[in-house]
Amino acid sequence: MPAYSEKVMDHFKNPRNVGEMPDADGIGHIGNPVCGDIMELYIKVKDNILTDVKFKTFGCGAAIATSSMITELVKGKSLDEALKISNRAVVQALDGLPPAKLHCSVLAEDALKSAIDDYLKKTTGKGLPGFKPHEEHPPK
Amino acid sequence: MSEKRIYLDHAATTPEHPEVVSAMAPYFSEIFGNPSSIHSFGQEARAAVESAREKIAALINAKKEEIVFTSGGTEADNFAIKGVAFANSKKGDHIITTPIEHHAVTEPCQFMKTLGYRVTYLPVDQYGTVSPEDVKKAITDKTILVSVMHANNEIGTIQPIEEIGKITKEAGVYFHSDAVQTAGAIPVDVEKMSVDLLSISAHKLYGPKGIGCLYIRKGTKIVPFMHGGGQEKNRRGSTENVPGIVGFGKAAELAIKELDERQQHLIPLRDRLIKGLQEKIDNALLNGHPTKRLPNNVSMCFEFIEGESMLLNLDMEGIAASTGSACSSATLEPSHVLLSIGRPHAIAHGSIRFSLGRMTTDRDIDTVLDVFPKIVDKLRKMSPLYKK
Repeated sequence: MPAYSEKVMDHFKNPRNVGEMPDADGIGHIGNPVCGDIMELYIKVKDNILTDVKFKTFGCGAAIATSSMITELVKGKSLDEALKISNRAVVQALDGLPPAKLHCSVLAEDALKSAIDDYLKKTTGKGLPGFKPHEEHPPK
Repeated sequence: MSEKRIYLDHAATTPEHPEVVSAMAPYFSEIFGNPSSIHSFGQEARAAVESAREKIAALINAKKEEIVFTSGGTEADNFAIKGVAFANSKKGDHIITTPIEHHAVTEPCQFMKTLGYRVTYLPVDQYGTVSPEDVKKAITDKTILVSVMHANNEIGTIQPIEEIGKITKEAGVYFHSDAVQTAGAIPVDVEKMSVDLLSISAHKLYGPKGIGCLYIRKGTKIVPFMHGGGQEKNRRGSTENVPGIVGFGKAAELAIKELDERQQHLIPLRDRLIKGLQEKIDNALLNGHPTKRLPNNVSMCFEFIEGESMLLNLDMEGIAASTGSACSSATLEPSHVLLSIGRPHAIAHGSIRFSLGRMTTDRDIDTVLDVFPKIVDKLRKMSPLYKK
């Protein structure tokens, strides 16, 4: 088991924004059971602002902590601002991740983009330009 | 974290028995001689090594001169496979083993493949049991070694070693068994098992780390593992780890004395934990054979959640266990053992192994039965796979 930072453990023990959102405006679904990580991210959007974000995750400590952290980082932000938050920013906000767990942060970034993509498709008919989730997790 | 921590990872390692610690104590600075020296300092150490060797031989019904000390189980397994393969390359190039062996067996087998040897992996059933019939069918005139573990370290299943031994004996093929999880836990008898080679590690039976042995039946053709000063009758060079050997000897002596008691203590605790977890948690699957299993092994898969997150939560409650989920490994592949018994990836990722020990109490089991269902519930509420 890798050594996690205090921040990771904090988010793992007390994950923020866990749960489903029946009236979500966009849903992101990333990962697969084979690799052992699945994230679902739900967003509520009003006037281009992410007014609420929730998640459900099947995965290890890092997968749960990165999901929790990304919801915190993007809640209240505009879609443009949220899209600028990279997996690296998530790792930084968690005071780092063990190298073998970095892929979890990519999963979190993809889950958010996938939710925004879903929202844009529903509202504008076109998805997030250039968005293509990594087919493999960890990305090759 | 609760005040008293509960250690349920005895399959990983055990705490040294207090009598082992005191037996070893004089052998660091009082009786410190090199057993190869002819002066009295050396001879005192030699006597201690040989007395330990006798005790270890007695634990597995072997002869004293058939015990070769190694640095542990991994070395013993490497020694058996490479040593027999190299020494018998004129006879053949074929090794038979199983897909659920410890890495200390599978990796040397993979290595031998790179040198041109052929390796057959026998199938296992849903419990991880090897069929002796399959062993019989796999043997050819080029087969030099069969290696099947006595009991599996992850799922606890005990193999039909005696039946396999009859087959290899009849076929004239060497038979190795990794008994790292069974020595000191259940009876191990090299005669009844008809094994030619058998690996043991001291730290799994309340002895010290860094010491183990390979039993080598008299007459077995094997090349030395380390070439050096001729120790261990030229089979393993290196000055003997005297304190370790003394501790190993003491651990073996205690194991002989306490074997029945240990089994009688552990089996009811094991069965109560399995039953309790299955009663309190839905979609909880037992891995391994329900009865032909190690007395201390509780390996289960809890669907819809992942092993590491269960472990971290258990650790926060002061409970130490282990998982076959390899979310942190480079390949992200879960345990090869769980995949081999047919668990799909998603379920294999949700495995937990509790391995009990001689100090495990009824209260410890109560605590796990109280704490663990809450952990599963918490993680399932968080899981997108769990729909009530």
